[in-house]
Amino acid sequence: MANIGLYIELKDGVLKKSNRELLSLARKSGQAVHAVLFCPDVQPYLEELKGIQTVIQVKGADLSYQPDRYARTLAAVIRDFKLEVFIGIFSAQGKDLFPRLAAKAKASLVNDCLAVDLDARKAVKPVYSGKLLAEYQVEAGTALFTVRPNVIAVEAITTTNAPEIKNAVMDSGELRTKIISVQKSASQKIDLTEAEIIVSGGRAMKAKENFAILEELAKVLNAGVGASRAAVDAGFATSDMQVGQTGKVVNPKLYIACGISGAIQHFVGMKTSKIIVAVNKDPEAPIFKKADYGIVGDLFTIVPLLKEEFKKVLS
Amino acid sequence: MVNIYVCIKQVPDTEASILVKDGRSINEAAIKWIVSPYDEYAIEEALKLKEKIPGSTVTAVCLGPERVHNALRTALAMGADRAVHVECNAALDYQNTALALAHVIRADKEFGVIFMGKQAIDDDAYQLHILLAEELAIAAATNVMAFAFENQTVRVEREIDEGAREKIEMAVPCVVAAAKGLNTPRYASMMGIMKAKKMEIKKITLDAIGISEAQNRIRLLKLSAPAEKPQGRVIPGEAAAAVHELVRLLREEAKVL
Repeated sequence: MANIGLYIELKDGVLKKSNRELLSLARKSGQAVHAVLFCPDVQPYLEELKGIQTVIQVKGADLSYQPDRYARTLAAVIRDFKLEVFIGIFSAQGKDLFPRLAAKAKASLVNDCLAVDLDARKAVKPVYSGKLLAEYQVEAGTALFTVRPNVIAVEAITTTNAPEIKNAVMDSGELRTKIISVQKSASQKIDLTEAEIIVSGGRAMKAKENFAILEELAKVLNAGVGASRAAVDAGFATSDMQVGQTGKVVNPKLYIACGISGAIQHFVGMKTSKIIVAVNKDPEAPIFKKADYGIVGDLFTIVPLLKEEFKKVLS
Repeated sequence: MVNIYVCIKQVPDTEASILVKDGRSINEAAIKWIVSPYDEYAIEEALKLKEKIPGSTVTAVCLGPERVHNALRTALAMGADRAVHVECNAALDYQNTALALAHVIRADKEFGVIFMGKQAIDDDAYQLHILLAEELAIAAATNVMAFAFENQTVRVEREIDEGAREKIEMAVPCVVAAAKGLNTPRYASMMGIMKAKKMEIKKITLDAIGISEAQNRIRLLKLSAPAEKPQGRVIPGEAAAAVHELVRLLREEAKVL
């Protein structure tokens, strides 16, 4: 039986939603699964960690995220617990941490996986911004994979088996890359890459102020607000809102595209959304070929109506 | 002065259709090649740093087949001083690519800041910059949206979850991986383009570096086109009725609410 490791990402002490996807994948593998948490107390998380073999608790005086220290700590865990495969979330932190870990553990990493075969050390990931899929195999050494959020189905935990708790020590060595501070966004925006619902606006929004109507709709749906490249380049939205090939790749249950024509560069950033809804004045807009549902109409009429209708059914 | 490096990749144009040729490679026949968009931010930031610190130079490095000369000429036309082409017709895995780039940069005992894009938009690997930094035993910051250089210290800001910003400090030398929002890349001037045509591109072979595909640990097994979504439907009727029907379908048929 292979030893599979999982990096459980905590955010302000809370288990990030996508960890459940990793845990489902690992439980299904039938291998010996070891979850690594950096925390002063594992008790609050044990309910979620049922059905795996070991919880490896990393302890230390300072557990704040510093990439060099986290990478060295995890490299030591991989060595000491003889982990052959190690997986994590393709999150902002995962993108920063896993390549460092790959170098320090002399392992090989495939990022942004849609499917992982832990046994065969194979994974499928999008390439060319999702225009193609590539299947890779890590042939030698430790295999690292990060998994795209919202892709793997979360399954209910059926076992009551509690994992054994073991310890590891936090590294306190030198920091080459030093995080000085983290400044939260004032607006407490919903993270697009993990959002379940996204409302997005394109060039037809016409002005920055008009994004307010999307924000109102998003509030009702507890959704994130995105934008097309055209809207960002026109200055209607900030670049952190851009969905597409040179922006964020998102994967929500529901993606509502308002006044977006549907250029391939936008489409590749949201094509894996479960349901795509398009609202556009132009019946010939390419977005209608790619959307599950479409409404031909002026977004300035449709969006406020949508907000009222969602309000009615969700209250 | 700072010896600035910028590692770039040549990739298919964002609008290009990508077709699989033989299960492991793509049909390159009709493809227009460009400098990967994030690498353009890297080039721009490298040039801005050079302009700030007198006596600095910018060296562009690109790995790939003969055609990547065009990418290097783009960097030269924008204002880079030197270009190095690592001749490579093989498909190296990420680690071997990082080794090859490290070999070129290490040859300069006084290399300073290395700029790259946070990912290339072909293999979307999201790791080359960090692997390179680790190979050179220096610091690296990824997804960088603001860059400052002062007294041999680099300060950057990067976007993390929910629009939060992380501030990072690194000593030089270090690697900085550019994201959109870092700057607006300049266009090459006509004079720059003319000048770049005559500039030398230094070549180095994989053999000389001592790296080959045989050392890959990650193997590409298969490339395939993803399944297409079946075409959806447009909901007819006047606005209020269509909206009512759409929300009903989202709840009862698609079950996403």
